[in-house]
Amino acid sequence: MIEARGVWARRGGAEILKDVFLKVSKGETLAIIGPTGSGKTTLIRILDLLDPPDKGLVFFEGVDVTEDDKAKFEARRRMAMVFQKPSMFNVSVEKNVSYGLKIRGVSSSTIQDRVRAALRDVGLIGYENRRAFSLSGGEAQRVALARALVTEPELLLLDEATANLDPRTAETIEDMIRKAGEGGLTVVMATHDLDQARRLANRIGVVIGGELVQLGAPEEVFESPRSEEVARFIRARSCW
Amino acid sequence: MDEIATGLVRAIELILAIDPTVVEITARSLAIAVTSTVIATLLTVPLGGLIHFHNFRGKRAAVNIIQTLYSLPTVTVGLLVFLLLSRSGPLGNLGLLFTPGGMVIGQTILIAPIMTGLTIAALSGVGPQVRDSAISLGATKVQAIFTIMREARAAMLAAVLLGFGRALSEVGVAMMIGGNIRGYTRVLTTAIALETSRGDIEFSMALGIILVSISLIVNLLVNRVQGNWWA
Repeated sequence: MIEARGVWARRGGAEILKDVFLKVSKGETLAIIGPTGSGKTTLIRILDLLDPPDKGLVFFEGVDVTEDDKAKFEARRRMAMVFQKPSMFNVSVEKNVSYGLKIRGVSSSTIQDRVRAALRDVGLIGYENRRAFSLSGGEAQRVALARALVTEPELLLLDEATANLDPRTAETIEDMIRKAGEGGLTVVMATHDLDQARRLANRIGVVIGGELVQLGAPEEVFESPRSEEVARFIRARSCW
Repeated sequence: MDEIATGLVRAIELILAIDPTVVEITARSLAIAVTSTVIATLLTVPLGGLIHFHNFRGKRAAVNIIQTLYSLPTVTVGLLVFLLLSRSGPLGNLGLLFTPGGMVIGQTILIAPIMTGLTIAALSGVGPQVRDSAISLGATKVQAIFTIMREARAAMLAAVLLGFGRALSEVGVAMMIGGNIRGYTRVLTTAIALETSRGDIEFSMALGIILVSISLIVNLLVNRVQGNWWA
């Protein structure tokens, strides 16, 4: 589905990602875990084609989408991303959720049906005409997820989508991610929550110091950490 | 003190009586200021957008120059446009000196920098996460630009209104380019200046009250629109 080949990223003179090779298959849920500042967000943003890598290539469905604007745009229309801090547009909830459909020229009757279904899925029926800026953090994140899923993406990218949320909202969002994954959607999620990664992911990638130091099934990563630094990170997080 | 009180009463009487001269001057002022603001909006919103959304050499210098021009004295613009439109000037053959058209040109030039600068400031006030969200949801570059502009709409409207307010209240351009010709280019500000110098304080005060009231009404309308502008 999506692949990073030898990706490097530099920000302010520092190497944020170092030679990352990552291949995500169709239908899998991949969790990227790692300490704060390890490069997870940078990697997710590069996979979402928001930022270009300083070196290396990104492929979507076998097509190089690193440079070419047209290829990038076409790939982006088949993916969606939810950010750690939900960025609502200053319009109603309904207009937020329908945004991706409107810019694709979908008919208004279809938009109405799909927006309603998406809001029902995130438990926000009745919020259509609420001002998005008046929502709580948890409600806004659910709207952000509905806004992403309503476009029926083939690849969903999540950057710490449940961080800073109350446990109940986090659980709702996790349920949705699980359902989306079971429905065949490819999911790549950056998270610092190891339990969440274990609950949701088919595979886990560990990023430490900008390097993808281990990639494998959850039990493999948790039970047989490849290096001392991976073991230390997992031990430190598990203590929490 | 008595003179002020008497003037105020007489001024209110003039307004309530719908004095034809007062109405005519007010209508002309509004027509010229609105036309200048519309033309300036059509020019400065795309220009502000162009400067904001493109990185080019000298961008910072360009923004600094625009900001410096915010406080451009109205008489300086008046002089510049006078030289352009005077018979021997490069646009002299258009015959726009001492016409409402000439006043529109002058006021447009006067308010363009502040409207451009505030448009840039309005767009800069929209966080990068708006662009990221739009792009990640599949927006084209143009769609993302329109989304950012929509997010900045309240601040952009404020820029337009500030331009309108400056056009309506300026006196330098109106006097130098319009010439304050009765029944043709006389507007609220030039009429106030003239009538005050002639000692007709009541008439000046009536026009002054109208001028302030227009600004107040426009601001109230804007606050109302902005309050409901998210739906």
